[in-house]
Amino acid sequence: MTNAALPIKAPGAPVARPVRRFGLAWLGMVPFLLFAFLFLVAPTVFLVGGSLQNAKGTFTLENFANLFTPQIMQTYENSLEISIVTAVIGGIFGLLLAYAVISGGLPGILRSALMTFSGVASNFAGVPLAFAFIYTIGRAGLFTVFLKSVGIDLYNSNGFSIYSKIGLEVVYLYFQFPLMVLIIAPAIDGLKKDWREAAENMGASSFQYWRRIALPILMPSLLGTMILLFGNAFGAQATAYALTGGFIDIVTIAISRQMRGDVLFNPNQGYALAMGMVIIMAISIAGYSLLQRRSERWLK
Amino acid sequence: MAFLELTGVQKRFGEFAAVHNFDLAADAGEFVSFLGPSGCGKTTTLRMIAGFERPTAGKIVVNGADITDKAPNQRNVGMVFQSYALFPNMTVADNVGFGLKIRKRSKDQIKKRVGELLELIHLPDKASRYPWQLSGGQQQRVALARALAIEPQVLLLDEPLSALDAKIRVSLRNEIRAIQRQLGITTVYVTHDQEEALSLSDRIVVMSEGRVEQIGTPFEIYNFPSTGFVARFVGTLNVLSAKVIDPGAGTLEVAGQPIRAAKPISGGHAGGMITVALRPEIIQLGSRADLNNLSGIVDDVTFLGSIVRVRIKFTDGSGVISFDTFNNPHLAVPDRGTAITVSFPTEACLVLDQAEAAAAAAPEDLDAA
Repeated sequence: MTNAALPIKAPGAPVARPVRRFGLAWLGMVPFLLFAFLFLVAPTVFLVGGSLQNAKGTFTLENFANLFTPQIMQTYENSLEISIVTAVIGGIFGLLLAYAVISGGLPGILRSALMTFSGVASNFAGVPLAFAFIYTIGRAGLFTVFLKSVGIDLYNSNGFSIYSKIGLEVVYLYFQFPLMVLIIAPAIDGLKKDWREAAENMGASSFQYWRRIALPILMPSLLGTMILLFGNAFGAQATAYALTGGFIDIVTIAISRQMRGDVLFNPNQGYALAMGMVIIMAISIAGYSLLQRRSERWLK
Repeated sequence: MAFLELTGVQKRFGEFAAVHNFDLAADAGEFVSFLGPSGCGKTTTLRMIAGFERPTAGKIVVNGADITDKAPNQRNVGMVFQSYALFPNMTVADNVGFGLKIRKRSKDQIKKRVGELLELIHLPDKASRYPWQLSGGQQQRVALARALAIEPQVLLLDEPLSALDAKIRVSLRNEIRAIQRQLGITTVYVTHDQEEALSLSDRIVVMSEGRVEQIGTPFEIYNFPSTGFVARFVGTLNVLSAKVIDPGAGTLEVAGQPIRAAKPISGGHAGGMITVALRPEIIQLGSRADLNNLSGIVDDVTFLGSIVRVRIKFTDGSGVISFDTFNNPHLAVPDRGTAITVSFPTEACLVLDQAEAAAAAAPEDLDAA
């Protein structure tokens, strides 16, 4: 073998630096960067900028200070309560339903039917959902009238109202519940049959298997999905507005009130309210990501 | 009296019979392997012993107690799964100690036993690791320790090494055997790997299509297969067509060359054709007057690492025969096209019946290669 063809470097000559070439691979990132800029960065910058200004356009922290007034605090409290209640109830019952469907030995056709329904129902929100409930169990709804005809007065004797906070929670559960089924189903599918058999082989009962193995394994997914349900309810506006006409004060309705200006008009205050939501949602998403990473590690 | 007894065990899934009349009597401390191809019923039988499948008929007795109808969590039978089935939310120590925790042993007892077992599997420093932090081989050892922790009456292993690479398989199977001998635990091992079964077992149960083909020691199974399936499945085989010359004397003719079987040819008549099987490693290069001799032309030479396989074509074109020779860099192997003679003892001729011959002439056999 010879090295005659290799170039001979003169002693002391500067070492040539490798030329850094920029390929076109970064082009693949463009859609993501564009999306992130248009739907995440730009709105956030716009919100931050708007929330730190007053109506005249000068810098102020007053909008953020106002967030701590009792009225706005109550608004956040209402949103948090409704979101937490519907996330927890939707989460628990969604888990039970998903488990029953996946592990209950139901025919495959029923499982796919439920999954399809869950996909549709989880997206059935907003004005149509609100009206569906009003026409069904509203004050003059079909079901309410039917119950009345058999001697059950849903509204007068039971104190129930679809237009109340509990009513709103019931309506929210309609899309929370199937969303939970959709998201938790793959996690339940990930529970290996061998784990149950290994536990039984070690002498564990079904209860011990669930307590010590299945639930701890599912817990990150369960909590993560509940956080997602929380975010889903926290950001909902149209359903609540159409159902209660703004009677129940939640953050999204408070924002729209500030922006529309029927009575109040302070878009900058609206931006600050939205910033508060962004912070809560960011914490939720961080929690979800953290838990999801753990469950992926366990279920892989 | 046997320690583990399966009597007339059957398993049907609807119309499909996965296991037919399975009978086995294993002594205490014996290492028994179920060997067979995929779908032959070996894992189903193992799962019936573990209690995960209920036999359609038959009885399973361990140490004199009928466990046929007992729930899996009441059998005290340890099982190592093919997928390891370690609990991902628990550390190695928690996995190993799980069965003891369920049995409500004290913390000190659990700690002591877990420590002993981690020493046994050579992983004392991995107690606080999670399964995903371990290699496949380490996970399998932990699965073994977990199964042993409850001091089971019978240890069941369902293809425990199938997911590991070749080198680790060999070292781990030796470890499994050493641990089994040390503890003296009755063990049932499921595998489709004949080498694994031959090297590990006191006895092997060869299964095919839900039936037991043969039960015997590795030596018996390999050297004296009782059916064509066993002959074909365990080891490699030459399958030759032979003309019967004198059935009483066991004389035959292969490719026009006389050979002799050790026993009379039952069911054969002079002039009729039969099939004989020969292991390639029993055939030697060179002619010997006291042995059977067959001549031909070297058709192919295959290097297989520690051995070299030489295929010879009979000059009349009626077939081929292969033989193995140890790889020795100081000895020359015959070149292609060379005329050679090979020899083998009369005892090496396994006469197959027609059904066995058809099964033995499957494409993976040497004859068809």
